[in-house]
Amino acid sequence: MTSPLLFALVGIGLFTLGLYAVIVHPHLLRKILAVNVMGSGVFLLLVALAKRSNSVDPVPHAMVITGIVVAISATALAVTLMLRVKDETGRAKLPETPPE
Amino acid sequence: MSALIFSIHWQVMVILLPLAGAIACFLWPRRAVLLALSCALGTTIAVIGLSWLVVVEGAQRYAVGGWGAPLGIDLYVDGLSLLMLIVTSVVGVAISIYANGYFDRSRAGEFWPLWLFLWGALNALFLSADIFNLYITLELLGLAAVALVALAKGAQPLSSAMRYLLVTLLGSLLFLLGVALLYHSAGSVDIAILAERLTASSVVWIALGLMVVGLLLKTALFPLHFWLPQAHASAPAPVSALLSALVVKASFYILIRLWLEIVPSNNFVLGQLLGLLGAAALLWGNLQALRQRRLKMLIAYSTVAQLGYLFLAFPLANIIGWTGALYMLLSHAIAKAAMFMAAGNILRFGGHDSITDLDRIVQRLPLTVTTFALAGVSIMGLPPSGGFVAKWLLLEAAIRSAQWWWGVVLVLGGLLSAVWVFKVLGHAFTPSTVPHEVRAVPASMEWSALALALMAIALGLFSSWPLALMMIGRPFGDGGGL
Repeated sequence: MTSPLLFALVGIGLFTLGLYAVIVHPHLLRKILAVNVMGSGVFLLLVALAKRSNSVDPVPHAMVITGIVVAISATALAVTLMLRVKDETGRAKLPETPPE
Repeated sequence: MSALIFSIHWQVMVILLPLAGAIACFLWPRRAVLLALSCALGTTIAVIGLSWLVVVEGAQRYAVGGWGAPLGIDLYVDGLSLLMLIVTSVVGVAISIYANGYFDRSRAGEFWPLWLFLWGALNALFLSADIFNLYITLELLGLAAVALVALAKGAQPLSSAMRYLLVTLLGSLLFLLGVALLYHSAGSVDIAILAERLTASSVVWIALGLMVVGLLLKTALFPLHFWLPQAHASAPAPVSALLSALVVKASFYILIRLWLEIVPSNNFVLGQLLGLLGAAALLWGNLQALRQRRLKMLIAYSTVAQLGYLFLAFPLANIIGWTGALYMLLSHAIAKAAMFMAAGNILRFGGHDSITDLDRIVQRLPLTVTTFALAGVSIMGLPPSGGFVAKWLLLEAAIRSAQWWWGVVLVLGGLLSAVWVFKVLGHAFTPSTVPHEVRAVPASMEWSALALALMAIALGLFSSWPLALMMIGRPFGDGGGL
């Protein structure tokens, strides 16, 4: 197995792991972390697949940098919202069934 | 004169103006209203300029910074994107006028920058010619939309905003994973280049599957609609209108673009599946709408239902079906914005939006109830309204492609929505035991909603113009014309 393929598979593994965690864990901080793990998985995949035969394609690297900026802003918003939810409800969790 | 108009790069202006305006509103919150309204006007003028350019000279491709595809970012505008830009502008101006009455001075500094960011993100999304740029604009749109939902204070709106944020991030990440795989298979993210290079391999199908699921999550197609009613109903009224009218349509626009350009042509099963989910959304959304006790929840569930109509075009897959779905998108955007604004007026006037306690509101807010009724006419699809033209086109497409059962779904959906429209109107005429705590509604809020509702009706009378517009640049391929 070549190392780019290994990294790509690890990337897909991280994505799947994150997807599982975001669905299963009720605590919001865990959900936010899980979304970040999913993002890292995609970034790893992008960078790993950038290696083509001998040369390295720079475009996916540029995409990853842009993606990291987006991920940071999204995480900042998510953490702020989580703190506000905790202030209002006393718990950093989403209500199980939405009230009518 | 026209040489001057054509020398301005309107594509760039429609993105830059709202973004610059948003930053200006953030920096000078006291001047936010003036800045934002002039920015809304400027953006509308830019959209008009762009429309002129496209109508005269046809579809336009613009390479940002002179780089061009495959390395640089391209902006592409044809009839389909132009139509989306125009709808955004029309709804955007009406909502800006409405929001000016809705938010008092202390809250204005919070609303305007976010709304202008949202507008800029929408315009950039409709002009993007590559799938990575579409991802970026989707994220911008999602973050601005979530922050707008969180403007409503209280535990319930915040929880809805949080759920909405997680859903929208999940959708974008699925989309991004698809983008990564497509880039690996074709070596480009430009939609036109992808359309040339992609062949129906298993990697391409996996990538497209991930992107479609991500977009369906963001478009809230049944059964992925669980986040929508709460988020749309608990947001402030102008925000609910924006979300239901424009934001969910943006991810649908990407879906339709991908479908028309890069999804391989042996997509029969996927098309039928999307159509089935659309039909289920139509029935489920309308039935749930009937069960609701709060007006805004009812309208939000009706959005779930109406989104179902849009997906009926996928199994039909002919040019009339696509125009029908887009006409539905257009008329639903305008009618639903009007309806949410009317609900906001009722909520402001009475202090609650319980449907059974509307308490003869027709005598106190005649303009608002007229707005609701006119928007309801378009949503039910009665003639002469935009919704009627859209359903007529979809029905014709169903018959032409010999799939009459989709026509049955169309008629059933219309009947069910008629039930809840008349239920609400019935309660608007009857007295109730719970009195309203009367609070004046600014005239700008009533008239801007009414203007949109009238426009939804006018769409049924003047349908040839938007239909001709969306054909510019042949976004639906070369099938027979109308």
